[in-house]
Amino acid sequence: MTDWPQVRLHVVTGKGGTGKSTVAAALALALATKGRNVLLCEVEGRQGIARMFDVDPLPFAERRLTTGLPDADGEPGVVHALHVDPEAALLEYLSLYYKLGRAGRALDRFGVIEFATTIAPGVRDVLLTGKVFEAVQRNSRNKGAIHYDAVVLDAPPTGRIVQFLNVSNELAGLAKVGPVKSQADTMMTLFRSPRTAVHLVTVLEEMPVQETADGIGELRAADLPVGGVVVNQVRPRDLTPDQLATLDAGTVAGELAEAGLDETQVDAVVTDLLLGGREHAERRALETAQRAIVDALDVPAYELPRLPQGVDLGALYELAGLLRDQGLA
Amino acid sequence: MNQPPRVGPSGRPRGADVGAAVLDVDALIDDRGVGIIVCCGSGGVGKTTTSAALALRAAERGRRVVVLTIDPAKRLAQAMGIEALDNTPRPVTGVDGGPDGGSLDAMMLDMKRTFDEVVESQASPEKARQILENPFYIALSSSFAGTQEYMAMEKLGQLHADARAEGSYDLIVVDTPPSRSALDFLDAPERLSSFLDGRFIKLLLAPAKGPLKLVGAGFGLITNALTRLLGAQVLRDLQTFVAAIDTVFGGFRQRASKTYALLQDEGTAFLVVAAPERDALREAAYFVDRLSADRMPLAGLIVNRAAVPPAGDLSADEAMAASERLRRSDATSTTAGLLRLHADRTRLVEREAWLRDRFATSHPQVPTAVVPALATDVHDLDGLRRVGSLLGGDDASG
Repeated sequence: MTDWPQVRLHVVTGKGGTGKSTVAAALALALATKGRNVLLCEVEGRQGIARMFDVDPLPFAERRLTTGLPDADGEPGVVHALHVDPEAALLEYLSLYYKLGRAGRALDRFGVIEFATTIAPGVRDVLLTGKVFEAVQRNSRNKGAIHYDAVVLDAPPTGRIVQFLNVSNELAGLAKVGPVKSQADTMMTLFRSPRTAVHLVTVLEEMPVQETADGIGELRAADLPVGGVVVNQVRPRDLTPDQLATLDAGTVAGELAEAGLDETQVDAVVTDLLLGGREHAERRALETAQRAIVDALDVPAYELPRLPQGVDLGALYELAGLLRDQGLA
Repeated sequence: MNQPPRVGPSGRPRGADVGAAVLDVDALIDDRGVGIIVCCGSGGVGKTTTSAALALRAAERGRRVVVLTIDPAKRLAQAMGIEALDNTPRPVTGVDGGPDGGSLDAMMLDMKRTFDEVVESQASPEKARQILENPFYIALSSSFAGTQEYMAMEKLGQLHADARAEGSYDLIVVDTPPSRSALDFLDAPERLSSFLDGRFIKLLLAPAKGPLKLVGAGFGLITNALTRLLGAQVLRDLQTFVAAIDTVFGGFRQRASKTYALLQDEGTAFLVVAAPERDALREAAYFVDRLSADRMPLAGLIVNRAAVPPAGDLSADEAMAASERLRRSDATSTTAGLLRLHADRTRLVEREAWLRDRFATSHPQVPTAVVPALATDVHDLDGLRRVGSLLGGDDASG
């Protein structure tokens, strides 16, 4: 049972290096069940989705990406992907909403499109979020387009997320009236509604946790709905703190022999195992302390394990399963 | 002068040897010919810590150093005494400069203030006020993606000029913003030029400058379309902004090109910082290629947070097998848990070594320093010293 039944737009942010794109992809897989259609969007021009799923670079068009994670009855849904490109988004936006025709082409010819998408402050973000907004709001009137049950946005990092979503504020100093302004206001209504949730990905280290706490504060101050905190890359906890505190060379050596290691192997490895154990204990203690800070944030937290062999396609499904078991999807 | 080598995929290969050459960090920071070290890399790889640790180590080896950081962790900023963001270098206390009189100053970049200062230095007070109050300028100077990169380089140019005039510093270490479009600052001069020389801007400026020769029918179409989209006020603001900034732009472009030349100078050394992960190393490869395409002096790659290889020759599979055997008789066996940790670590080390090897194969000329992961976060000078000694290749356990 999901903790977020009302949410149609899942925004995934996090400090750089915490695995935000991985979590966004796993969440999309987890949401795509029972024939549901899920759209996974990226906006930072990195083609991360294509690399994670090992497909050709994505165009600015919705593509069927893969089959979602089946539910207990074996019924999967479909994950689609979209790489949002600001220039293409602006041209589409102009033709869709304003039927500019010749003027639209003239804008391009005179470099206005380039200007608007690279230089004009705020406009770039409005275009990127605008496309995502359109995918969420789409309904049956839009013939031929896929209707999505959920949209997952692999968003900019925590430090920029409020600015990114707070589109009408960003435009406030510039466009006080006009269709772009009212479009931005309509988008804000969705972003501030219970149909949106901003999830923050962190690892249990000091800086990312601090940034997560700051991010939650900023989101709340901007009236943007905070979703869950996804605690990523958690170290294994199969050893208890007690066990780690009372490591004993003799016992370990004995057990290694019992496990079938010969004497030379035992000698070579026992000191290192103990050293590794102590270092692990130290890092675990740090993680526990940071985890307590995460718990004090008073938002639902979800945990994903550290995968020593890295994240491949199989691992994404594994992580998707864990997210679903814990109720993020 | 010991010139840092220009290296990159287009450079000269170092023979058939695949393993990367070792980056001698101490030789780099001791080289008096090197006056600027720029640390770049993607977000979350420890760039800020690396810059601060390098700066501290250089200071304690006798250099007079200033470090320009972008967004340090709160406690690290406190430890360095730069939690106040006033855009001026402040001395860091507790630095042991040794007999050569080394010293360390630090500052945190205030992007908007740096931009304001540039405008103020380039325009008359009247004009400057017009620009500073314009909503386009305010948005551009505080939120435009790319401004931060550009301002970091602007500040570097200023620090360098001041240091030269006053003889205050002999080494400037620069941390760069975690930019998604990586080396935006390299593009800054060109982007500014193409922006302000663009046809659209020319059109906007045309009415202010006199006869509308170029314009013709197109302009009316555009202004109408823009007015419909954004409202008339925006267009008026934009026109005022462009007209005002145009007068100071000559100065902007000149400064940007000067900074660019400074970066290319042989007294500058670029360090690319990465973590031993696929994405971070892919970004690092991009940085290396881009720097070499721009003929920037790349000194090498720093791979942070490397897993430390376990001793002994027990493979991951053997360790897992032994762990399973023990767990069959005692599910909570401590030794089984330790064996699993050993297996995880061995696999991580293997994976990282493989990733670094792939990088070295495609970029054989990039000298590399590998910094083992620390168990705890760094937030004081002692922590920075520890990182510094690891960067310098001292024994990890020391």
